[in-house]
Amino acid sequence: MAFSPRTRRVVGAAMTGATYSAAALAIIPLVAILLMLVMKGAGSLDWNFFTKSAVPVGEPGGGFAHAIVGTLLIVGVAAAIGIPIGVGAGIYLAEFGGGIVGWLVRFVADTLNGIPSILIGVFAWTLVVRPTGRFTALAGSVALACILVPIVARTTEEMVRLVPNSLREAALALGYPRWRTSLTVVARTARAGIITGCLVAVSRVSGETAPLLFTALGNQFFSTNLLQPIAALPLQVYYYALGPYEEWHRQAWAGALVLILMVLLLGILARLATRSRHERA
Amino acid sequence: MNVPDHASLAPAMTVPLPAPPQTPSGPAPASAAGPVPRLAVDRLTAWYGDIAGVRDVSLAFESNRVTALIGPSGCGKSTLLRCLNRMHELVPGTRVEGRVLLDSHDIYAPDVNAIAVRRTVGMVFQKPTPFPTMSIADNVAAGLVVGPPISRSVRDGIVERALRRAALWDEVKDRLGDSPLALSGGQQQRLCVARTIAPEPEVLLLDEPTASLDPLGSARIEELVHELKREFTVVIVTHNLQQAARVSDVTAFFYLGALIETGPTAHLFTAPTQPQTEAYVTGRFG
Repeated sequence: MAFSPRTRRVVGAAMTGATYSAAALAIIPLVAILLMLVMKGAGSLDWNFFTKSAVPVGEPGGGFAHAIVGTLLIVGVAAAIGIPIGVGAGIYLAEFGGGIVGWLVRFVADTLNGIPSILIGVFAWTLVVRPTGRFTALAGSVALACILVPIVARTTEEMVRLVPNSLREAALALGYPRWRTSLTVVARTARAGIITGCLVAVSRVSGETAPLLFTALGNQFFSTNLLQPIAALPLQVYYYALGPYEEWHRQAWAGALVLILMVLLLGILARLATRSRHERA
Repeated sequence: MNVPDHASLAPAMTVPLPAPPQTPSGPAPASAAGPVPRLAVDRLTAWYGDIAGVRDVSLAFESNRVTALIGPSGCGKSTLLRCLNRMHELVPGTRVEGRVLLDSHDIYAPDVNAIAVRRTVGMVFQKPTPFPTMSIADNVAAGLVVGPPISRSVRDGIVERALRRAALWDEVKDRLGDSPLALSGGQQQRLCVARTIAPEPEVLLLDEPTASLDPLGSARIEELVHELKREFTVVIVTHNLQQAARVSDVTAFFYLGALIETGPTAHLFTAPTQPQTEAYVTGRFG
């Protein structure tokens, strides 16, 4: 097919315009959400918000400190459980997972990735809450860890696969056993990428609400006890947004803003980790 | 673990062998009055699946000599080299028949640990492979980590000695803590030589060590090979015939997996006895 130069120019401009529009449409939701949160929530962000827990309706000066600390605790413990398992599984998949077992683990991880998070919550409820007879922060962490593991495992696998085979051979030729080659040479070389994957996974789970509904439950009071129900930002936002009071709605907006800022911060950290990898290479 | 670059050599070897002459067996000719060879290959056949990359090769490598393995691509010279420190078996689907005798002990005997073999028979690869997350000094000491524990000062002494022997000390002594990626390709390759000799192996295998270097870097490595043969038994695979002529004492010519001819380098290049050898060293094929 032959087009005249004029037609080509017109089609080219139209296509370029179409991709620009698609890119603009793609970032509109993010910008809109951020703007909305800043407009509605920034006004309620004050010192009390970060230092005080919830107060009874009508009393002034309540905050989200209990929810912020709760989220940090739940996510921190989830990361402590999920990251070692995920990273270990990822290294296994990349270095030794060529056979049927590797295929099976990969299949299960991908399936787990696609399971709705509320089902993960139900699973953690069955696994932890029911046998122990109460809602606990720990149960919430277990639920989030279940979401974390497959994401971390698959990104770790991708990063470890990027390490050139010549480095493996060099280590083996020095008399390194296979496990030592994988841990001290291969995993270390892929470290920046693995850290990025972990941060992305952690930021993804820190906004999860559904898995915490039947596990951490939520709490109006400040608590750091892992064996008691605990507040969490997404839960607190959820409860306050459903509540009938104007003050609650304002605080829910502020809580959502804090949550998205935390996720943004993790995203920026992940970017920095990736960038230093490129600079070294 | 996959090693596609070596596995992909295999199809080149399916060509039927055009009746190679009788493989010379037993020790290399030069050994008539010499000592027992440090390293000897005895009727070795190396398989990739059903394809033999090396066929029934017998060859001896003498102490303090440089033996060059030459031949066209896919002739099995690299495969043979990788059999000498049991790296060949790391490729899935490979196996080895025959014996490789290191000081008269078969390194393929059932009670021999491949990892111990690799600590005794060091290897330098075609492309420089410094470990990117380790400093220059840590790279040199990398092979010591898997040996017996040593003190910091002993370690530093070994690192300095290895770098001096690899002719790299003067260039890096002020930046031992830096990343090796800041070094040039030739320096990186000498760093890899230092890393390989630091644990004091007995045999040094060099797999086309100058293939990715510029002429200056290649010249430095060749000088180094001359120095290293004072302490080690050196086997070098090379595509560069001039290099083989310059650095080696003994040359072995391979074609389609078989050892065609071996002998003192000067002799093999000036008066080869086999027609294929003559055709190859005079540049008519390969």
